Amino acid sequence: MNLLIKNGHVINPDSGLDKVLDILIVDGRVEQIDVNLDESTVDKVIDATGMIVAPGFVDAHAHLREPGNERAETMESGCKSAMNGGFTTVTAMPNTNPCMDNAAIVALVREKAQRAGYAKVCPVGAVSKSRAGHELAAIGEMVQEGIVAISDDGNPVATSELLRKALEYSLLFGIPLMEHAEELTLTRGAVMNEDFMSTKLGLKGMPTVAEDIIVSRDIILNRYVKAWLHISHLSSAYSLDMVRRAKDRGEHVTTEVTPHHLFFNDTALETFDTNFIMKPPIRIEADRLAMIEGVKDGTIDCIATDHAPHPHEHKKCEIDICAFGIIGFETAIPAVLDSLYHQHNVPLKRIVECMSTNPAKIIGMKDDRLRVGKKADITIFSTDREIVIDPEKFKSRSRNTPFKCLKLKGSPEYAIRGTRVVKCDVGESQV
Amino acid sequence: MQYKHKNLLGIEPLDKVEIEQILDGAKIFKELCAGNNKKFPALRGKLILNLFMENSTRTRSSFEIAEKRLGADILNFSASASSLTKGESFYDTIKTLESMEPHIVVMRHSSPGSAKFLADNIDASVANAGDGPHEHPTQALLDAFTIREKLGTLTGLKIVIAGDIAHSRVTRSNIFLLTKMGNDVVLSGPATLIPREIEGMNVRVETDFDKAIEDADVVMMLRIQKERQKESFFPSLEEFNMLYGLSRERVKRLKKNGIVMHPGPINRGVEINSEVADGPRSVILEQVSNGISIRMAVLYLLAGGKINELTH
Repeated sequence: MNLLIKNGHVINPDSGLDKVLDILIVDGRVEQIDVNLDESTVDKVIDATGMIVAPGFVDAHAHLREPGNERAETMESGCKSAMNGGFTTVTAMPNTNPCMDNAAIVALVREKAQRAGYAKVCPVGAVSKSRAGHELAAIGEMVQEGIVAISDDGNPVATSELLRKALEYSLLFGIPLMEHAEELTLTRGAVMNEDFMSTKLGLKGMPTVAEDIIVSRDIILNRYVKAWLHISHLSSAYSLDMVRRAKDRGEHVTTEVTPHHLFFNDTALETFDTNFIMKPPIRIEADRLAMIEGVKDGTIDCIATDHAPHPHEHKKCEIDICAFGIIGFETAIPAVLDSLYHQHNVPLKRIVECMSTNPAKIIGMKDDRLRVGKKADITIFSTDREIVIDPEKFKSRSRNTPFKCLKLKGSPEYAIRGTRVVKCDVGESQV
Repeated sequence: MQYKHKNLLGIEPLDKVEIEQILDGAKIFKELCAGNNKKFPALRGKLILNLFMENSTRTRSSFEIAEKRLGADILNFSASASSLTKGESFYDTIKTLESMEPHIVVMRHSSPGSAKFLADNIDASVANAGDGPHEHPTQALLDAFTIREKLGTLTGLKIVIAGDIAHSRVTRSNIFLLTKMGNDVVLSGPATLIPREIEGMNVRVETDFDKAIEDADVVMMLRIQKERQKESFFPSLEEFNMLYGLSRERVKRLKKNGIVMHPGPINRGVEINSEVADGPRSVILEQVSNGISIRMAVLYLLAGGKINELTH
């Protein structure tokens, strides 16, 4: 099948492309990238006039819930949801049940994802057996099955000793250790960010220092071991500054921020809406603005959704017992474009780096996407189409999103991976 | 004049006029009930559901008396707070209750925001009888009523709230109410029990209790839960009493006519000493009886009653 993407503004930070071009895809491979390609002989034309065409978006942090919590998400629904949101590659975090701490589960996850045939799934293996923080998981065996990183996500790596060993062990494979930075004794029983808002609402707060303490510990150990530390879902301005200084010293530290930490601040909690409950919590406005600065100045390498599906009844309940986390695939592009591009003037090239080429590097993908002769791996999005987010259009099995009914400027349009072409649809267009 | 909200979820959404309207209503009910006939059956035929998902003998009894005096039909529904693993979910409990077609639901629940959750999911009016440490509006109203009655004003006063500010359901509603009415509210207690950034609620914090109560018109002592000591909020009850217990000597620091309040139940020898609790400045028991009048006014207004139609 021949597919022609016509008149799109192609932005590929890796190859340096940044202009309006046509792309011809034949049988799932990029055949030609040029101006004025002939559309008379192709089977299908995507008119991308006024749209951005980029290497497929990559989500470096997502929970696909299989095995163990298929009521919330499956490999198939998760991969469809990813592509409907404009992502062609996503990670699968290891806090499944049973835990992804061995090669068999990794193989199962990859096989199920391949069978689904939508987004590519890159599994992340556990650091420790059952993520319990005692013994190292079978990292080498999991690397052979294709894990791209290790993480005890949901928990921090339990002790300094274990972290040191995990970092040392990871040197052999050159993969990052992705840290969920939360000092658990400071967040026990807490539900939201600790500050004026938690005080006013009478909700127990998680202080930013709980994040800062683990980020600090990790940077110190990583500097000593000289491994690769990746801080997941950064949310504290002080932690951001520690990462900035570590990078300035030339240490191998990377980090990510979520679209919701870029979009919301803790005043949203006044609604007591459980869809604003996640870890780390959405912080005060000063932290949010610091994250946006971090994206601008390059301290933050990528934007990752922390897609965390939960069944309805785990959110439709009291706020202090609800499940942490929100779904993110299908709202990431509208949220990021609305906030970063339209409100904070972040250049599109920087956004494409943060959502495509940088996370691709972090999870070890080859720098060969959106090039002639290579498998098609493309995300097309509109910066100017305004949509009202409609979760009923989502392909995820879950609906736990705080973006419901928000009018956002910017939308995913198409996600293309090989011969799979998905027309994205996450909300009603506004005229 | 009619109450314009469907519910009473907290003090925060109310303005000064609405607060005064409730206090005035309570004053009339108090006078009406002063004689032998304490029945004022304005809510005859209305079903009021008392949903207590957390223990509360005092608030519950107070609401029940108010409901009985107003002639309402009453159903007491006890349920333990839900969990995701066992028992019925809170949402399902609400839907079950809705099928019983109550006019008003009075609820106590351990979770902040639970009163709003209830109100969002049920047709009935909701009176919040305490949603965790968030709000407890009828307590703040009865405190305000008592202050106004004893001191003749509810503005320009120095009011100290002391003790376990962090875990108190009473504090926030009182702060909202007393600052709205233009008082100088001072919080006192060890920093472990004072939540961060609370100054943003237009209050002052003075950790030195002796300084805090200097020239105060009102001091409100909060109950110390004994298990807090095990969580290292303070080293011992004795030490707490030494630093923050309201003793006879400390009471002398108050203004000449200053009053001592406590939402109860009191811990003698912890946050308040016996000679103060039983002393002439204490209005603790008046708070309890005023609570009934306040709750009568609140229920009457929630049922659509108008204060100016109440006759002596």
